Amino acid sequence: MRLLRVFPTVLKQIVRNPIRSGLTIAGIGIAMFLFVSVEAMREGVHTATRVQAGDTTLVVYRENRFCPFSSRLPQYYGGRIERLEGVKSVVPMQIHVSNCRASLDVVTFRGVPRDDLDNALSEGGSITGGSVSDWQGRGDAAVVGEALASRRGIEVGDRFSAAGITVFVSGILESDHPQDRNIAWVHLPFLQEAARRGGTGGLVTQFNVAVEDPQQLETVGAEIDDLFRHDEYPTATRPERAFVGRAARDIVELVDFAGLLAWGALAAVFTLIANAIILAMRDRVRDHAVLQTLGYPGPLIGWMVLLEGAVMGLTGGLFGAAAAFATVRVGNFSLTMEGLNVEVAAGWTAPLVGIAAALTLGLLAGIVPAVRLARRDIASCFRAV
Amino acid sequence: MMALIECRQLTRTYRRGAEEITPLQDLNLDIEAGRFVALMGPSGSGKTTLLNLLAGIDRPTAGTLSIAGEPVHALSRGALAQWRSTHVGYIFQLYNLIPVLTAYENVELPLLLQPLSRTERHERVSAALESVAITDRHAHYPRQLSGGQEQRVAIARAIVTEPTILLADEPTGDLDRESATAVMDLLARLNTDQGRTIVMVTHDPRTTEWADTLLHVEKGQLVEQAVGGAA
Repeated sequence: MRLLRVFPTVLKQIVRNPIRSGLTIAGIGIAMFLFVSVEAMREGVHTATRVQAGDTTLVVYRENRFCPFSSRLPQYYGGRIERLEGVKSVVPMQIHVSNCRASLDVVTFRGVPRDDLDNALSEGGSITGGSVSDWQGRGDAAVVGEALASRRGIEVGDRFSAAGITVFVSGILESDHPQDRNIAWVHLPFLQEAARRGGTGGLVTQFNVAVEDPQQLETVGAEIDDLFRHDEYPTATRPERAFVGRAARDIVELVDFAGLLAWGALAAVFTLIANAIILAMRDRVRDHAVLQTLGYPGPLIGWMVLLEGAVMGLTGGLFGAAAAFATVRVGNFSLTMEGLNVEVAAGWTAPLVGIAAALTLGLLAGIVPAVRLARRDIASCFRAV
Repeated sequence: MMALIECRQLTRTYRRGAEEITPLQDLNLDIEAGRFVALMGPSGSGKTTLLNLLAGIDRPTAGTLSIAGEPVHALSRGALAQWRSTHVGYIFQLYNLIPVLTAYENVELPLLLQPLSRTERHERVSAALESVAITDRHAHYPRQLSGGQEQRVAIARAIVTEPTILLADEPTGDLDRESATAVMDLLARLNTDQGRTIVMVTHDPRTTEWADTLLHVEKGQLVEQAVGGAA
């Protein structure tokens, strides 16, 4: 019970030293904002690029090409792929992007045949404020992913332009799939026509191939590449997430590097708390001697120091994580490269990890001062004043 | 009558570099319950060392110290802290209030170690503040109090646990004459009205007027003892 009864006293030490505590907590908050933001990016990259056991989608791309403008495959390849054993459906796609470089706000158009929109969308997606038939009924219609719509403030019935292409929004797509949330689905002929300046009529950028059994993913992919190995347009087929990971590897490497920043942020949190506690302990040598004189045992005073570190770490962690979470949620950030999207994850995992890390670091930073204080005798404390 | 405090061959030695210092040597002393003892002596005579040993914040190198039948010299570090929390009230020269806590919270601090409810703590803190006549300043921080008021809060903190002995290290050393007189009156009242045993270290001969026993310490030894002071 003593351990709990001293908690208000610890809180008063923090609250009634507003400048010291405020600066420390602000520093922790900023560092944890950085940490949680980087972790959210890493989580997004992980989700977008790590092949999972249940994946059934392959992407067929032109061999040795990594940009939608340079990957050109004849549309009739789709029919030949469809005849392979294990293939469930094939959707030819024309990709047109407003910006080929890595960017936070790229508009990616995917053109699919009129009857293939349902097949092209990942399972679990639903169109709100419109329907597939609305999209089918209009040549310049687009179904816009919810993240892109939110980022650009697009609603059903709006017209919007990007990369020289103007479309009519016939629906907003809600989906768990990062690629679907960040693109605009349009009619393939419309996109081919709109992009005719590049002479892509009859050509598509890629095929998205759904296989019947996830176990067959690699086998079917190898068969597709074998099929076109000696054609004029050889292909490179990969599971969709692996394809994203390879095409967006600059982003992946960048985010991996940013992981160092996350470690740096943690080190900064540890240093900040340790510094604040050590300075506070130095200031309060006399106070601790007084507490000991009143009968406070050394371990209880050490516990109070640990609590102080933990409370400051937790408070800073909560502020930083909440700010990062809100920023990611409101911003709907998506890193796009070569028309592929890596979403900054707005889930709970990164903030919770950040809060737990800040709390743990707060406790760790307090351990050495707490142990030293718990062992110090009263007379030496008074002599040190 | 059995003494409340019994010191036998009490010795304290410590090292400072290569030098060995013995501020207290083979001191024998008995203090009966209810006494108000003034401990005088020149600087370095060992009086503060004796006070610290009586308070259990320092340990004797040799000899025995028994307070209310408890062999204080033999208690472990943890047991000594526990013993201090219930048997000792300590008043410092420089008050030593915790600056971020109000007067009320400072007085409440020692009670947090005891299994008391919030209501019980409130009653005891209020009574202690009332007995030192500082109730109206209970919400003030130490920086908002005068020296005399701070010392009265410190006295309230020392008596709130109703300790066996009250120890004071030059309690008026940092006060003007008027405040010093008020503090000494207060200590004398605690001694006479509540029967508290008080041991006070002092440099000021005037403050001995309130004590009923005067002890003179020199070079770690008790050189003079006068019972029945000038008060």
